[in-house]
Amino acid sequence: MSNSPQLARPTAAETAAVAAPAPSSGAPGDGPRTPVRGHPHRDRAGRAFSTAATVAGSTILVTLAAVAVFLVLRAWPALSASPEELTEGIQWFPEGTTLLGFVGPMLFGTVLASVIALAVAVPVSTGIALFISHYAPRRMANALGYLIDLLAAIPSVVYGLWGVAWLAPRLQPAWAWLSETLGFIPLFEGPAANPPRVILTVGIVLAVMILPIITAVAREVFLQTPRLHEEAALALGATRWEMIRMAVLPFGQSGLISASMLGLGRALGETMAVLMILSPGLTYSLALLQAGQHQTIAANIANQFPEANPLGVSTLIATGLALFVITLAVNMAARWVVARRKDFSGAN
Amino acid sequence: MKLNRHSRMATVAAIGALSLTLAACGSDNAVEDDAAGSTPDAEQASTLSGQLEGAGASSQESAMQAWIAGFQSQNPDVSVAYDPVGSGGGRTQFLEGGTQFAGSDAALKDDELAQAADRCVSGEVAELPLYISPIAVIFSLDGIDSLNMSPATVAGIFDQKITNWNAPEIAAENPDVTLPDLAITPVNRSDESGTTENFTEYLAATAPEAWPHEASGDWPVAGGQSAQGTSGVVQTVTDGQGTIGYADASKAGSLGTVAIKVGDEYVPYSPEAAAAVVDASPRAEGRPEASLVVELDRTTTEPGAYPLVLVSYSLACTEYESSEDATLVKAFYSYIASEEGQQAAAEAAGSAPISDELRTEALAVIEAIA
Repeated sequence: MSNSPQLARPTAAETAAVAAPAPSSGAPGDGPRTPVRGHPHRDRAGRAFSTAATVAGSTILVTLAAVAVFLVLRAWPALSASPEELTEGIQWFPEGTTLLGFVGPMLFGTVLASVIALAVAVPVSTGIALFISHYAPRRMANALGYLIDLLAAIPSVVYGLWGVAWLAPRLQPAWAWLSETLGFIPLFEGPAANPPRVILTVGIVLAVMILPIITAVAREVFLQTPRLHEEAALALGATRWEMIRMAVLPFGQSGLISASMLGLGRALGETMAVLMILSPGLTYSLALLQAGQHQTIAANIANQFPEANPLGVSTLIATGLALFVITLAVNMAARWVVARRKDFSGAN
Repeated sequence: MKLNRHSRMATVAAIGALSLTLAACGSDNAVEDDAAGSTPDAEQASTLSGQLEGAGASSQESAMQAWIAGFQSQNPDVSVAYDPVGSGGGRTQFLEGGTQFAGSDAALKDDELAQAADRCVSGEVAELPLYISPIAVIFSLDGIDSLNMSPATVAGIFDQKITNWNAPEIAAENPDVTLPDLAITPVNRSDESGTTENFTEYLAATAPEAWPHEASGDWPVAGGQSAQGTSGVVQTVTDGQGTIGYADASKAGSLGTVAIKVGDEYVPYSPEAAAAVVDASPRAEGRPEASLVVELDRTTTEPGAYPLVLVSYSLACTEYESSEDATLVKAFYSYIASEEGQQAAAEAAGSAPISDELRTEALAVIEAIA
């Protein structure tokens, strides 16, 4: 059994060996049709392509800058307003707080929901990805991989509907049990809300939503593990689990972190599912099972935008700016972790 | 149907004539009224053409769709659009001249009235309470369809002071019902809404001791269950056990509803009861003549009145710069105020048809639009 995938899949070295001669063997046959060196037509096409690629590449930067500028400009009325003006002008703005005091609990809620989602999704995704890459028979692995990709394509509003209408009612007994047995831990302090429109439910649904993308990336990364590492581990007498621990996981670690960050990005910005499932509230409470304690930035924007006055809109945009900054910070932190880990992973 | 429309036309013409004798409204009206009165239906319908644009309260959205559909089937050459941007946005657009009419859950404020004076040429703004919608207090309890509650009990529950369904306050008012020993979960709107504003206003007016908060479109009590939009609240109440919420009565579905105490009796919500409270309420004072703003008397003791209602106004000018706009608005609002229009809204949105009294008054104002 342990041999069959090795036969089925060419090692990295083999792939390189096969790929390398291809251009040289093809060259003589292409000779007459290949334009002569310095041919003006070919040159122009090359230049056009490189320009197009450069423009496409810089569009990303321009877009990012444009979004940042837009957020700051439109948020300015709220950023420069005094707390009194905000309380006066916006009905839903809590009294006696500053803009920061308003964004703070929502940032906390956003991060909390995403952390729960990651805590649930990463172990499960890693398991699924390892099963597909190293345990499942080839045909089953293909089918499973296809299924995971399909899951990633389901719109978030569908997950939201499923979460609120199907999953939440079924989670209620579990949450009630949690609060009864583990209620002494602040996280699970009761009473568990009924219906369970709480942050833990949101975290579970978000976990399901980000599972496909983490799994898909992790699977690709694990498949890239150098065959020689795996074979070396097995040759030393490692079991399959030990081989995965010694060869696959260290190699895939940085990739797994990248995958988790992709998932985190989706979880941080997720709007519809949170909006539909969570009973919002603005506190720093750690009680995951109580309603009306948490809110995420994205869901709050969607919730308040329709009836907001101009100052309200600009306050909402200011919270959007906070989300933008947090997302950037998280991604940069992830890059930094990945870059640091690379040196130890032995991937290079 | 045919008969109905004729009788409506007759009413319109009669009221038009009446308003002519009473108000000093120029001779254009007479010509138009005569023309409208004497031409047969089919021809009258085809003479109107043009575009009408409005914006405003989302509470009126489904009713407005029914009105637009009904009006356009009578006047195929007129296109009417309504953008449910919210009351505030609707008022702003209307006052700035961007739209010809607007819907608003609240009457114009003083500074807006001043703006309206500019907007409406030499006329004034008309505010007509043409959309009356009862708000139901809905709950989810196995085997119980209806409960009696005084305003103080409702306030206590939503202020999270009464926390169990077998609390003495509820039991005392419902001696015949076996109440379960179950925690009460109040559910409110998480977004700013006219429904919340009317509900809190009702509680603040009828149970000031039990409800220490002011009327507000944003829910004042923290830490409860909440959901976005009417459908979100209804869904949340349905999903839970022992939940209680407030929502547009038309969306209450099969949930249990509360009969609220008015005077000495308990009144369940009904369209007639909702319309009754509007009739029993006095007009707001110090406003333009064409503005039929109602000071909803939440504490009314009128038998059979249900004071937990949302009234949404239809805004228009009594005078427009272009006579074409005036004609279109007049025709559209006449339809909305008509029995047929009110019936269409009742079917589509579950609103309460306005009383004949109010219709007469509203049509008099509409007929004066020029």
